[in-house]
Amino acid sequence: MVDDVKVIAEVPSFTVTLMVRRYDPEVSEEVKWVDYEVTVYGTDRVLDALHKIKWEIDGSLTFRRSCAHGVCGSDAMRINGRNRLACKTLIKDLDITQPIYVEPIKGLAVEKDLVVNMEPFYKAYRDINPFLIANDKPEKERLQSPEDRARFDDTTKCILCAACTTSCPVFWTDGQYFGPAAIVNAHRFIFDSRDEGAEVRLDILNDKEGVWRCRTTFNCTEACPRGIQVTKAIAEVKQAILKGRP
Amino acid sequence: MSIVIETPNSPRTRSQANLEKYGWVFMRISGPFLIVLIFVHLISNLVVPDGGIKAIDFAFVAGKWAAPFWQWWDLAMLWLALIHGTNGMRTVVNDYTEKEGVRKTLVFSLWGVCSALILLGTLVIFTFDPCPAGAAAELLPSFCPAVQ
Ligand code: SF4
Ligand code: FES
Repeated sequence: MVDDVKVIAEVPSFTVTLMVRRYDPEVSEEVKWVDYEVTVYGTDRVLDALHKIKWEIDGSLTFRRSCAHGVCGSDAMRINGRNRLACKTLIKDLDITQPIYVEPIKGLAVEKDLVVNMEPFYKAYRDINPFLIANDKPEKERLQSPEDRARFDDTTKCILCAACTTSCPVFWTDGQYFGPAAIVNAHRFIFDSRDEGAEVRLDILNDKEGVWRCRTTFNCTEACPRGIQVTKAIAEVKQAILKGRP
Repeated sequence: MSIVIETPNSPRTRSQANLEKYGWVFMRISGPFLIVLIFVHLISNLVVPDGGIKAIDFAFVAGKWAAPFWQWWDLAMLWLALIHGTNGMRTVVNDYTEKEGVRKTLVFSLWGVCSALILLGTLVIFTFDPCPAGAAAELLPSFCPAVQ
């Protein structure tokens, strides 16, 4: 009998060093990099390592996360200099011979450790009217062809993680810029055949701090954990403003 | 009976009308023009004449500007390059200055320098005379009738 039982090999583990940018205004105004050594497995993500630190080493480490599966958009952070979701970044995919640098996303005020104040980001999102604008009474389904739906499919995937906006060098120095995420979400409605508010949104984004601030750096496209073609969406909105309609 | 559904939040207060859209379009139109203008300029000055780059001298420039075609060519290049370049610099200034006063001063000086250069350049292109009447002979190039 015993022979039949397959011995499951031990899952290999390895040690990595995480350098976390810590800031706690209640303790000190000073920002410091703190290194933590953790033992992780090949299936572990940066989020798991952060959990390990918080649960086993230092309970004061603060970061946002909710779903832990790339859906809620809470845990965008700068990992080794790139904006990513901690819950979608496998540690084994990073260079583990070096310490892994984890810091908050840039361009928004840090509140504590990896937590930033997202309000300016949400403000820009609210400003583009992120809801269906239609004047008829909603008494029956608003039908749409698969082609019309496909037109804005890419931009429906946004989870508002702010990885794109906080990777944008224009946003870093000019907090007034609407930022890629707001434009992506405007795109989602501007190109929706059921929506009637395109003109309003195009007008809003023709602002001094609107789409023309975009320098086509492509940082946003590279940062988006949902693989949204952010820069392309911005370009399409620019074209729509030039034409005066989607 | 039809119901008008109100928008659930108040409209954003807009900052005043702006020229950013036209600036953006200008950059994209002047860019390709400049590529043609500048490369034809480089080729006609440096590659086509016998002796290449060494052939450029006062007489060469004077000869070119005797032709209205090159006058207008150079004028287009001057205006487009300066406005294109200044607008690009303005963009960089807008992106990277933090104090409003500094930003305004820099943008103002940029356009000041740009207009001065455009004005001077335009003046030179159209009033250029290699052999001004009444000038001392030793100051004139050898091809002027007063020298010969
Ligand atoms: S576009 Fe991508 S990177 Fe930007 S907020 Fe949405 S999901 Fe995040
Ligand atoms: S925790 Fe929800 S996206 Fe990472």
